[in-house]
Amino acid sequence: MNWIFEPWPWYIGGPLIALVMLLLLLSEKKFGMSSNLRTICAALGAGKSTPFFDYNWKDQQWNLVVITGALVGGFIAANYMSNQAIVTLHPDVVSQLHGMGIQDAGKAYMPEKLFGDTSWTDGKVLSILALGGFLVGFGARYAGGCTSGHAISGLSNLQLPSAIAVVGFFVGGIIMNHFLIQFLL
Amino acid sequence: MKTILYFFIGILFGITLFKSEAASWFRIYEMFQFKSFHMYGIIGSALCLGIIITQSIKRTMIKSFFGQPLVIKDKEKSVKSNLYGGVFFGLGWALVGACPGPIFVLLGAGYFPILVLLFFATLGTYVYGKIKDRLPH
Repeated sequence: MNWIFEPWPWYIGGPLIALVMLLLLLSEKKFGMSSNLRTICAALGAGKSTPFFDYNWKDQQWNLVVITGALVGGFIAANYMSNQAIVTLHPDVVSQLHGMGIQDAGKAYMPEKLFGDTSWTDGKVLSILALGGFLVGFGARYAGGCTSGHAISGLSNLQLPSAIAVVGFFVGGIIMNHFLIQFLL
Repeated sequence: MKTILYFFIGILFGITLFKSEAASWFRIYEMFQFKSFHMYGIIGSALCLGIIITQSIKRTMIKSFFGQPLVIKDKEKSVKSNLYGGVFFGLGWALVGACPGPIFVLLGAGYFPILVLLFFATLGTYVYGKIKDRLPH
C-alpha cells in the first residue's frame, strides 16, 4: 500500500478524473468547477444589480458541495496520504526556476515564494496572486468553462466551443509561461 | 442523501488532484514548457476515457443513479468568447498554476495564500458578469 503515499502517476490520476466525471453524470450533474465562482457571486447577492447572477443559485448548491469535498480531499491527501509531497521536475525546469528565484523547485509541492507564509506581506507576490486569480475567474466565465468544463467534459462531448477554448488556454498559457512570467516573478 | 454523494465525489476529486500533482504550480509550469508528459498524460487519459464514457451515455439508454434518463447538454457556441476568454484564462493559469478546482484543493492542503487567488477569481467572475454585454462574443 506504499504507493498511496507516493505521488500518483498520470495513468492513475487521469482515469480517476474520468471516474469523477462519470459519477457526476450518473448523478444527473456535470463536471465543471468554475461555475462555482458564479454561484458564489450569486449567493453573495450579485444578482440584485447584475442580471448574469440573477438566477436560482440554490439549484447549484450541489456543486458547492462537490468543491467543499475537493477542499476536504486536499486536506486528507496532504496530511494523511503523503509522506513528503515533493514534485519531481525535469532538470531543465528546475534550473530555469532557480534562475527565476524559485529555489525550492524540485524540492517542494508548491513554490514557497508564492504560496508560503511570507506571501501575505509581500506586495509583489500578492499582486501576482491577485492578477492570476482575476484572469482565471474572468477568463473561465468569458470562455464558458475551465479545465474541467471545457478540456475534460466539453471535449469528451466532442464540442467545438470547448476545442476553441482549449486552444485559447494554451495560447494564453504559452504567452505567459514563455514571454511574461520571468518579468513578473 | 444526494448531498453525501456529491461530497464524496468531491473528496475523490480533491485527493486525485493533489496526489496526481495536477494541483501543483510546478507541474503547470512544466506542462507549458513541454518538458514532461505527466500533465498531458493526466488530461489525455481522462479525455480518452471521458470520450468513451460520454459517447456511450449518449448512445445507450443508460439511466442515472436516480433512475432518470441522462441528458448531456451541448456547450454554447461563440468562437470569440471561447477564444478570448480562453486566452485570458490561460494567462492566469500559467501565472498562478491553479484553475478553479485546484484552488479549493490547495486551500484544503493548507496553502492559505490561495485565498487571495480565490477572492480575485471570484471578483474576475463578477466583473465578467458586470461587463459581459460590452465584450465581443
